[in-house]
Amino acid sequence: MLEISNLSHTYGSGPSAHTALGGIDLSVAEGELVCIVGPSGCGKSTLLRSVAGLITPTGGRILLKGVPVNQTPDDLAVVFQDYSRSLFPWMSVADNVSLPLRRRGQDKRQRRESAMDALEQVGLADAAAKYPWQLSGGMQQRVSIARALAYRPSLLLMDEPFGSVDAQTREDLEDLTLRVRGHHNMTILLITHDIDESVYVGDRVVVLSKSPGGIAGDLRVGLPGPRDQITTREHPEFVRLRAEVGRLVRGMRSHPAAAS
Amino acid sequence: MRVIARLWLVPVVVLLWELVTRLSDSGFFPPPSVIAVTMREMWLTGPASQLWLTDLVLENFPPSLARLFAGWALAGVAGIALGIMIGRSRALSRFVDPLIHFGRAIPPPMLLPFFIAVLSLGAQTQLATIVFGVIWPVLLNTIDGARAVDRQHIETARVFRLSRSQRLWRVILPSALPKIFAGLRLSLSLALILMVISELVASTSGIGYQLLRAQRDFDLPAVWGTIVLLGVLGYLLNSVFLAAERRVLSWHRAAKQTT
Repeated sequence: MLEISNLSHTYGSGPSAHTALGGIDLSVAEGELVCIVGPSGCGKSTLLRSVAGLITPTGGRILLKGVPVNQTPDDLAVVFQDYSRSLFPWMSVADNVSLPLRRRGQDKRQRRESAMDALEQVGLADAAAKYPWQLSGGMQQRVSIARALAYRPSLLLMDEPFGSVDAQTREDLEDLTLRVRGHHNMTILLITHDIDESVYVGDRVVVLSKSPGGIAGDLRVGLPGPRDQITTREHPEFVRLRAEVGRLVRGMRSHPAAAS
Repeated sequence: MRVIARLWLVPVVVLLWELVTRLSDSGFFPPPSVIAVTMREMWLTGPASQLWLTDLVLENFPPSLARLFAGWALAGVAGIALGIMIGRSRALSRFVDPLIHFGRAIPPPMLLPFFIAVLSLGAQTQLATIVFGVIWPVLLNTIDGARAVDRQHIETARVFRLSRSQRLWRVILPSALPKIFAGLRLSLSLALILMVISELVASTSGIGYQLLRAQRDFDLPAVWGTIVLLGVLGYLLNSVFLAAERRVLSWHRAAKQTT
């Protein structure tokens, strides 16, 4: 699905040059939810922006379904961290969600239906006629998720999507993400600095090391069945994995017993 | 009640004005009561079939207002179109920036003789003067607004691959609209001033022309009446514009209050 090989990126040139990514190899299978976690300044966002085609990396290659990414790919959507700057305040919630659908060749009625459908999935069907700024932060982020869902991308990028909401809302949005991915069979790349979150939502957790970013670890999350905010988080495997990811994020050696 | 609270100063000032002018007894400063009577005689003593408006009104007001609005609208459209182009293109903006500041520095009345020479006397000369004079606030504000579109909004538009026209009409223009409206409002009041100035020199009709004639006849109450009329006109234009702005930019005010 997504093949990243030897990806590197350097901002600027000369003595002030800053290497954000130093050669990353990553491959994501169809339908997988991969969490990228790492300390701040490890190039997580650079990685995401490269995949989204928002910047042209200085080295390496990104293939999406075998096609090199050099501008924003056709069936890719992004949920940004800062919902208030990503939603358009001059449009209603429904218009925000349906705006990108014109390219999908849908007429007005179909666009409206798709938007309502997506809003329903995030539990905001009632808010369609409202404006984003009339909603709480968590609800606004739901609108961005609905916009991405209505767009029906095969790859969804989420850049610290729950970083600006309170803890309770954060858990709700995590569960919402897990629920909707089931409906759409999307591949999701989720960037976060929250170790617990990465283990809770991810099928796989990829840990980036501090700058220049490289891959410090790649762990498969083998947690049982539908995840639950209480029981999953007390599961021994969850506890083991978060400790493991925590050590990797802090740049410590992998624990021998957990390295298997 | 709010209207009363806002406007109580007006009668006080008028009363004071009346007192001072009556005491001074100068021919150059007729009291407001005399001015009001003159205004009525000049403009409001026509036949009922003309809604009591005099021929003077029908001959002079419509052409003036037509020039004012035509000039303002032309400058608005041109200023917004150019401003968006310049604001969204760094190369273009670096290239034309000096030209803009050069053009802006020229007082538009200075160009009247030039316009008269090129366009000869008539409405086109007045229009050119108004357009040239009022385009700057719209242009500069639009450039500013188009330049300041939130980067994340642009990136969102790119990620969801919005078409060029969607980016323009649904993202850049609405985002720049608060600034554009600020520019349009400044331009409107400037347009009124330039309308009068252009009619003082290059016209045979209009409110400015009427003012000029009254001046030449030493008809001071008529001069003052025209000045009062212009003030009232400016106030009304601004009020109507503000009401329109409040409607169009309701999202902007509300969004600013909540975030």
